[in-house]
Amino acid sequence: MYRLRRFATRHARAYEVVYNASSPLILRLLRGLNKVFGTRLDTPITWLEAKAKGALFDCQMCGNCVLSSTGMTCPMNCPKTIRNGPCGGVRANGNCEVKPDMKCVWVEAWSGSQRMKHSQEIELVQFAPNHQHKGSSAWIRLSKENAQAKLKSSSSSEAQQ
Amino acid sequence: MNAELDQYPPVDNPGSPLPELEVEGHRSEGRFEHVLRAGHFAVTSEIAPPDSADAEQVYERARLFDGVCDAINATDGSGANCHMSSVAVCALLSHVGYSPILQISCRDKNRIAIQGDVLGAAAMGVCNVLALSGDDVSAGDHPEAKPVFDLDSVSLLTTIKTMRDESRFLSGRKLDKAPRVFAGSTINPFVPPVESRVRQLHKKINAGAEFIQTQYCFDMPVMREMMQRAVDMGLTEKAYILAGVGTLASAKTARWLRSNVPGVHIPDEIIARLEGAKNQKAEGQKICVELMQQCKEIEGISGVHVMAYRQEQFVAQMVEESGVLDGRRAWAPSDL
Ligand code: SF4
Repeated sequence: MYRLRRFATRHARAYEVVYNASSPLILRLLRGLNKVFGTRLDTPITWLEAKAKGALFDCQMCGNCVLSSTGMTCPMNCPKTIRNGPCGGVRANGNCEVKPDMKCVWVEAWSGSQRMKHSQEIELVQFAPNHQHKGSSAWIRLSKENAQAKLKSSSSSEAQQ
Repeated sequence: MNAELDQYPPVDNPGSPLPELEVEGHRSEGRFEHVLRAGHFAVTSEIAPPDSADAEQVYERARLFDGVCDAINATDGSGANCHMSSVAVCALLSHVGYSPILQISCRDKNRIAIQGDVLGAAAMGVCNVLALSGDDVSAGDHPEAKPVFDLDSVSLLTTIKTMRDESRFLSGRKLDKAPRVFAGSTINPFVPPVESRVRQLHKKINAGAEFIQTQYCFDMPVMREMMQRAVDMGLTEKAYILAGVGTLASAKTARWLRSNVPGVHIPDEIIARLEGAKNQKAEGQKICVELMQQCKEIEGISGVHVMAYRQEQFVAQMVEESGVLDGRRAWAPSDL
């Protein structure tokens, strides 16, 4: 898994393209499924997301996904779960101060972000995750939020008319 | 030299941040911010909080810096070792008129505890807060402890800014009185690549850091390069950078530090210089004095943060020798 994760960083540009293209599709699909099945599919979807992102990014299912602004490197693999890293303890060889055999997640993230089109996204301040979302599906949450945002914007445009 | 700073009003209430300086545009009422904004080259140092319930030990350690330090950092379980809490040390110091910098590490407290500490510290007169991620528990004397890391240093800065500027908790609940604190953070200029360092500095400034204390600087060319970029990006207009300098007791200590404390970068030349000296301790102090002088010459550096663990008694002498205060005497309660 660790090797795959590093592969993701090295090919962050390709991952970014696939991720950005597939995310809206996945979200749209989920909205459709939600309409038909309600929340009955939430458990298998969460399982699927955990498996897919787990294999690709060593995803920890924090439920607050920020992969696209962290060079396709999951920051929850940082032993201090830093979302705006790195900390001051990165070793001279770029490895983690806590786990000397692992490359610092944030050194990876910076190099991954350099390969990405939206490389400046790493400069956005990412507030600490909402721990209520831990273990839940970021996909489902986003699809619900998107649906709500859509509803809001359509109702507000109706109101304007 | 600087009449404005030397003539502090007399003190009526020893519990207030002494002396209170309400200046428009200042985040806090503290002297440290005042010294920086007045354009002086500032000197800070740090106290290792005692393993003791004795307040006198805190004062003894602080007195060593009288006259040479504009602010004193109180470390928060540094190296993940257990000591007296930084809030308590800062409260004790504020009580008699020192200007402490409260270090808050994200390792031991979640956002509920941290926000409570910020309010409590501000109520006790603490004017400066330094946001840190903190060393991992595995580095310290209680490796079996549960690491918290609910926030990280940048989220912590955002939190402090929210409380101070919007007068509310993260939850949105209103504060009756917002904590007036000057917020800062740290940066390690020696994590390669330099480019990413400057961008992280930028991120911390965006999140609310208005002063930055750096990790030990022994490698001046790297420091110069980073500062040049920071100046070019206009970052030194937005935050005061204090370069971290330190004393090395011997070549052996230097080697140990370099290989055992992650993030500390000591060039071979420095170690060779220590090794070649007859009196390694004196040479270490001489190096520290030179580093301070060199930092003062670098564009964009507003002060130095002297880290002299177990050599605190030499700080005053080194600062005086370096002349970085330009003859100014940093205010201390003993001046009253
Ligand atoms: S070195 Fe990197 S991965 Fe390790 S704790 Fe620090 S930021 Fe996290």
